[in-house]
Amino acid sequence: MSDEEHVKPARPKQKRPVLYLAEFETPGQVFTAAEKVRDAGYRRWDVHTPFPVHGMDGAMGLSDSRLGWIVLACGLTGCSLALGLIWWTNGIDYPLVIGGKPPFSFPSSVPVMFELTILLSAFGAVLGMLGLNQLPRHHHPVFYSSRFERGTDDRFFISVEASDDKFDLDETRVLLESLSPSHLELIQEES
Amino acid sequence: MANKPISELGETYLAKPGTSFHDVTEIVSRVTENAAPRGWWILLLASATTTGILGLTLAWLLWMGIGTWGNNSPVGWAWDITNFVWWIGIGHAGTLISAVLHLFRQYWRTAINRFAEAMTIFAVICALMFPTIHTGRPWHIYYPLPIPNAMNLWPNFKSPLLWDVFAVSTYFTVSLLFWYVGLIPDLATLRDRTTKRLREMGVLSMEGGPPSTLLQLRAAVYGGLALGWRSSHRHWQNYERAYLILAALSTPLVLSVHSVVSFDFATSVEPGWHTTIFPPYFVAGAVFSGFAMVMTLLLIARTVFKLHDLVQLRHLDLMNQIMLTTGSIVGYAYAMEFFIAWYSGNPYERFCFINRAFGDYWWAYWSMITCNVLVPQTFWFKSMRTSLPWMFIASILINIGMWFERFVIIVTTLHRDYMVSAWGNFSPTLVDILIYVGSIGLFMTLFLLFIRWVPMIAVAEVKMVLPEADPHFGHDEHHDHAHDDDHGHAEPAVAKEA
Repeated sequence: MSDEEHVKPARPKQKRPVLYLAEFETPGQVFTAAEKVRDAGYRRWDVHTPFPVHGMDGAMGLSDSRLGWIVLACGLTGCSLALGLIWWTNGIDYPLVIGGKPPFSFPSSVPVMFELTILLSAFGAVLGMLGLNQLPRHHHPVFYSSRFERGTDDRFFISVEASDDKFDLDETRVLLESLSPSHLELIQEES
Repeated sequence: MANKPISELGETYLAKPGTSFHDVTEIVSRVTENAAPRGWWILLLASATTTGILGLTLAWLLWMGIGTWGNNSPVGWAWDITNFVWWIGIGHAGTLISAVLHLFRQYWRTAINRFAEAMTIFAVICALMFPTIHTGRPWHIYYPLPIPNAMNLWPNFKSPLLWDVFAVSTYFTVSLLFWYVGLIPDLATLRDRTTKRLREMGVLSMEGGPPSTLLQLRAAVYGGLALGWRSSHRHWQNYERAYLILAALSTPLVLSVHSVVSFDFATSVEPGWHTTIFPPYFVAGAVFSGFAMVMTLLLIARTVFKLHDLVQLRHLDLMNQIMLTTGSIVGYAYAMEFFIAWYSGNPYERFCFINRAFGDYWWAYWSMITCNVLVPQTFWFKSMRTSLPWMFIASILINIGMWFERFVIIVTTLHRDYMVSAWGNFSPTLVDILIYVGSIGLFMTLFLLFIRWVPMIAVAEVKMVLPEADPHFGHDEHHDHAHDDDHGHAEPAVAKEA
């Protein structure tokens, strides 16, 4: 590829708003602000905090995490997989008589059944968590803000996405300004 | 939630009063960003050299064969399995700290959990090396796995050795997952700090600044591993649930692992091994030795990297109390083994235990008793529990003692079997010694690399237990009282880093 191909096009870029990013300085402020955004009826919005702030689930109006069900399914799979494996390999496919014991015996299967239950549940917990969170995702628009670098340090943010039905450039700004954030910015993306 | 200390129990906040969120980020992150202190380089040089010796010895072992060990018939397990059980046991404290103390809402664990989890992983790596080489043909190590093969044979699932394969490999995998999940937010912190520095240097602007390959590599690696974490609360919700579930899974897992390791012994019919006390006795010993190892490493890292604000004397005191408890359980188990050997009326059992204490390996037995039973009893005294030099020495003595415990169990039982014709003694060779010492070098090398490249204290978790993390902080008087209280328990005579 030649360098010329990298030259920017002459026409001005179209920018479209993607989200508002309001910055707060304490967990208390962002907590109160989150309750107000929730009450205003927004759906596609989020709170960004460097650590989980307790009670935030309620302040955001989130329902309980569904992760437990995923883990339960994985655990049951692991347990039955182990039992089936031991029963078929040692009891059916190639019965081994060792020490006069029956080819398949349930008590001696318990340790391996237990370990595989734990193993698959753990994978279920980690991969299920990443799946529900839709991670990895390295390109979220919040990263366009250089202020957001403190979002993993000591600053608290609320982001309201333009794709929300209630989103309106002016009304949403008025709402967010009324929460007295220490900084408010509109993040735009080139369309 | 239990993130608040319970003042009725005399609990106080984790970090020193007045520590801000940014202070926590700074104290932990700068260790990975600034030039390493000289002490780190000295330790790394020493441990990397030892690891090199391990590599050469292993090459020699594989070339010459396992005849270079002192293992013989009857003492076929000898140092390999002693070292295996020792290392696995050391790993257990990491899981106990991260999982069990999490479930019990012991918020002080936050100061040491990352550290202890890393220790678990490295200890299990060292542990896994020993059964692998003990097979004699490590290139066939996949035989215990249920993989369809040309011989049409399946592994024997009735063998405790096979249970061990499943238990230890599950343990390693789950510990790694648990550790990594805990790391994600902190890796994002390091990513953001690196991006900030790159932006300030102009590297990220359109014009481009001076290239900084190392920083860009850092940003790419931490950024990649942080998986695009954007500290979203919708994510935190699932994340905290995942963490809780992993803790709940790890707790029975850690109890099962050393129980299964003890089945390797207990399901045999050897005198001194065939006892039902083994699973709880092994688990208590594992936690005991693991806490001692955490203590040794923590005291070094705390001094070298000046982490006195986060790892306080109070936490070390609590750890010493756990060592006192588990050490007493271990002492009780030793006594009970002796009692049952007498009470059972089994002459082989009786002979086995009398031989342990007064036979050819009496010195190993009494080293074990001194280090594991007598040394931790000094922790009844607060002055001993809070003395840094003594707790350092004690932690090392306990690890020596726990190594002797496994040596005593394995060698004294095997060397005097039922038939006098099968009796024999064991003495280690240079290869045995170098592999054992080398495994400590490997462990230390991995550990030193960890404390230099990975946040060694869980940044997000420490912030979560700061008083100002409560969204209602400052709204009621109670918190301020707790805050004042903290002053009373202020850090002991260790200088605060400026």
